[in-house]
Amino acid sequence: MHEMSLTESIVEIAVETARKEGAERVTRVVVDVGQLSHVEPEALEFCFAAVARGTIVEGARLEVARVPGAGFCSDCGKTVAIAERFSPCPECGGFRVQMTAGDELKVREMEIA
Amino acid sequence: MCSTCGCGQAEIVLDSGKSAGAHAHDHAHDHAHDHDHHHHHDNGAIDYGNGPAGAHAPGVSQERMVAIERDIMSKNDAYARDNRRALAAKGVFALNLVSSPGSGKTTLLARTIEALKDRLSVSVVEGDQQTSNDAERIRATGAPAIQINTGKGCHLDAHMVGHAIETLGPAPNSVLFIENVGNLVCPAGFDLGEAHKVVVLSVTEGEDKPLKYPDMFVAADLMLLNKSDLLPHLDFDVGLCLANALRINPHLQTLVVSARTGEGLSAFVAWIEANAARRAAAMAKGGA
Repeated sequence: MHEMSLTESIVEIAVETARKEGAERVTRVVVDVGQLSHVEPEALEFCFAAVARGTIVEGARLEVARVPGAGFCSDCGKTVAIAERFSPCPECGGFRVQMTAGDELKVREMEIA
Repeated sequence: MCSTCGCGQAEIVLDSGKSAGAHAHDHAHDHAHDHDHHHHHDNGAIDYGNGPAGAHAPGVSQERMVAIERDIMSKNDAYARDNRRALAAKGVFALNLVSSPGSGKTTLLARTIEALKDRLSVSVVEGDQQTSNDAERIRATGAPAIQINTGKGCHLDAHMVGHAIETLGPAPNSVLFIENVGNLVCPAGFDLGEAHKVVVLSVTEGEDKPLKYPDMFVAADLMLLNKSDLLPHLDFDVGLCLANALRINPHLQTLVVSARTGEGLSAFVAWIEANAARRAAAMAKGGA
């Protein structure tokens, strides 16, 4: 995935929301990043400060909340925890596991002043 | 990962072959930019640190939390929806070709255009970091092509492609090929508004590519295993490669082709014609 352009989207969403709220600055941004989403939280944090510079988001703290991966196994009919995309079902070893969580990529909330 | 290649806001250069170097943002466009489909939970805002008796001293702002709940990809996805709507309105069947660099996408495309052009109108959007070499190769087949140079960017996004489609103006009921930047990672995550992603893998790349880069093989509907003419010289196991791809994506359709000898290309051409016709029929029925 593409952390730099994702970070640009995060900052854009934060600036837009802050304007709508009449805020002067943003102090904290919380994003949900699924554990299976192929986004490196470290890379997001690395890009965030650089992208936020010169905007009302400058200086804000970025908090990355990891969402654990889960999938539905159509062989055992259960929702199981998965640590890796396309990994076999931990219960039966089958590969027919449809991912149901862990792919999230969203700005959940932010703190404005 | 892209963070290491440093791709940021790409300086996008569109080259239509007529006005070289025309900048992507120089002309007006009518994408719907409003995000009215997003739900802002303004009422769910939680107030932190409310001052005594709600006092609010001028110049001293109070911090508060605002719930947003917005998908980070929403902007790209909104552009992709616009592209899909615009393409559907003209009955254009769009394919997004993705692969690693050097898999033979452009050669494959040129051969496919040669085979298709008597029956269907074809146009091409070419994505590369630099140069308009590929667009020139496509134009040599007689098909109109526009080059997008992404600069530092490692993939095409729906906004760039929207501009390119406007400039290119594909004919009604035609086929549009979008040749993405050679990269087996990032283009998987960016919907461009295409009907299908087609992943091209070549037999010089290793059977385990689908396992190493699963996202791309999940996002694709068709896989072309290219350069089959080289198989006698390699230890490549076609069966193992296809099994790996199907393990990642059980719905993936696969074809073994050679852009050099033309092996399997008639099957790809038939796939395009069948799917384009099916789409046109669905459009006519749905009245969309």
